[in-house]
Amino acid sequence: MFDIDKWQEIFSTIQKNKLRTFLTGFSVAWGIFMLIVLLGSGKGLENGIHSNFDADAANSIWIFPGQTSKPYKGIQPGKYVRFTNEDYERLKREIDNLERISSRYDIRGNDLISYKNEYGSFGINTVHPDMEFIENSFPIKGRFINNIDIEKSRKVAVIGDLVEEALFKNGKSPIGEYIKIQGIPFKVVGIYSENSNNDGERRRVYIPISTAQMIFDGGNRINNIALSVKDMTIDESKQFEERLKASFAANHNFDKEDDRAIFIRNNQENIKEFQNAFQGIRLFIWVIGIGTIIAGIVGVSNIMIIVVKERTKEIGIRKAIGATPWSVVSSVLQESILITSFAGYIGLVLGVTLMEIIAKNVPADSMMFKNPEIDMSVAISATILLIISGTFAGYIPARRAAKIKPVVALRDE
Amino acid sequence: MIELKGLHKSYITGNNKLHVLKGLDLTIEQGELVSIMGSSGSGKSTLLNVLGILDSYDKGHYKLNNTLMSNLTEKKAAHYRNNMIGFVFQSFNLISFKNAMENVALPLYYQGVSRKKRNKIALEYLDRMGLKNWADHMPNELSGGQKQRVAIARSMISKPKVILADEPTGALDSTTSLEVMDLFREINKEGITIIIVTHEKDISERTNRIIYLKDGIIESEFISPRKISETVGTYRN
Ligand SMILES: Nc1ncnc2c1ncn2[C@@H]1O[C@H](COP(=O)(O)OP(=O)(O)O)[C@@H](O)[C@H]1O
Ligand SMILES: [Mg+2]
Repeated sequence: MFDIDKWQEIFSTIQKNKLRTFLTGFSVAWGIFMLIVLLGSGKGLENGIHSNFDADAANSIWIFPGQTSKPYKGIQPGKYVRFTNEDYERLKREIDNLERISSRYDIRGNDLISYKNEYGSFGINTVHPDMEFIENSFPIKGRFINNIDIEKSRKVAVIGDLVEEALFKNGKSPIGEYIKIQGIPFKVVGIYSENSNNDGERRRVYIPISTAQMIFDGGNRINNIALSVKDMTIDESKQFEERLKASFAANHNFDKEDDRAIFIRNNQENIKEFQNAFQGIRLFIWVIGIGTIIAGIVGVSNIMIIVVKERTKEIGIRKAIGATPWSVVSSVLQESILITSFAGYIGLVLGVTLMEIIAKNVPADSMMFKNPEIDMSVAISATILLIISGTFAGYIPARRAAKIKPVVALRDE
Repeated sequence: MIELKGLHKSYITGNNKLHVLKGLDLTIEQGELVSIMGSSGSGKSTLLNVLGILDSYDKGHYKLNNTLMSNLTEKKAAHYRNNMIGFVFQSFNLISFKNAMENVALPLYYQGVSRKKRNKIALEYLDRMGLKNWADHMPNELSGGQKQRVAIARSMISKPKVILADEPTGALDSTTSLEVMDLFREINKEGITIIIVTHEKDISERTNRIIYLKDGIIESEFISPRKISETVGTYRN
């Protein structure tokens, strides 16, 4: 099959028929280019918007206390609901598909934190060990808050990498050092980082909730509970929310229809809705992408038909001097394969290059567009599809042209 | 060399059937220089195309070099066209995007001769045609006479048994026509059979045997005056 002389013959034909080569190549290159830009942009958009969710576990549910808005069993509306450790313990008991749970107590007063002479204002989060997985705050050095810290109310802290950057300018490892929160020293036991657009997520200081309640006059009060449950459908998730509400209503004496008594933020639901929306966008992109490919196929096919027609006389001459039908068909096809593969490759390279330029010029913290990664297997399959259809489209007229009698092919128009 | 017996050929266009060759009998020996004459539409080209296996025939038989030319596979037909027959057309039929040398070399490509070798051979043939310096010119840069000489070189390069020329001088002025005829005579001296279709008397007079075609049969046949004078000359000496 690999016959240098044949390829030389094909190359010289291609070289000397530039317009025809360009037209065939262009429709393939354009199709692939458009497909890549389309798929890449879609992915970039999806990644960009998705990055806004990344901060927290996708299936986390957050519960905040509110103020009643309906009278209940003789109690006037306007009562503040207060969460305590008992709520945390109860949820831990009641929810059977619970994955992670953590409660939080908000320290009153300023959030100024110091290390030696450096000061900074950071978010202080008082948590249970599970918060590591709810916030996706994974330690990159040392460890996260653990159960012993909670039991013994240890004065330990896990800080974000941006906190380290801000306070530990002397380059010293923060692990084992003491930072002061409202004047009270906490030993740094870990540094975490998060894969997030939002710097705030990496400028937090985690301390054990038990320690915070003890030191900062919290008693058994907590300000919110975050938890995650094993994967649920949207419907299951909604029902779960209802059960949560009912449980709090029963224990805190409010009407379970009262939607201001407690607030539930259900990330699972948000994510699912987002995913559904993106399924729509993805479908849309695919429809357009397939349309582009079909346009490419039609383009290549038309051009191949014209090419063969235009070459009928040449084919007649070649046959008159001894070309076999197969040599005619195979050279038309090899030419088409060569052009479409090369053009497909060009389209691939141009598309990928454009997407890379776009990716470089989009601000890193963009909430709309991020990592327009291209599914190479799709791009390559599309190229192969175009090559095959170009070949096929060329094959039928080429075979017909190769079969007609030389006299007919040679007849002067 | 060439033997036709009761050859019939019709063209069918739509519902019409045009009977063009109506039982031709013709024998041409190896090394002959023959012209076929006849008025326009008398079937000269049709006959030549059948002889060149560019077209099929309906009835009778055609033997080329003692081989019956019927029911050939495309591959076989291609093989005979490539090895036995050289064709020269009125409209030259050079490939427009190939230069003179590449056009001449093309039949050897289909014989699997390497590029280098066939280009070298093509240059030799162009040299014989006096076109060595035009080897890298494209057809549209050549005059009619030059194009026809390129086409003749192409028809010769595969050392065919027979060269078929359909009105080879039809598109040329009279001086060039006579030059081309001299070329054919020269090639014929090497033993290659040459059959030329023409309707010009002074062209046919430069061949050795003249066949008149009329209404699809051979009306008459002559030894050309030149051949007679040559023969007589020989006799006299
Ligand atoms: N492919 C064809 N289909 C139909 N009729 C044809 C075809 N080729 C030639 N003819 C007709 O056959 C007749 C003989 O044609 P041709 O052999 O070309 O004549 P000549 O070469 O002697 O002028 C003409 O009447 C011509 O119109
Ligand atoms: Mg004719």
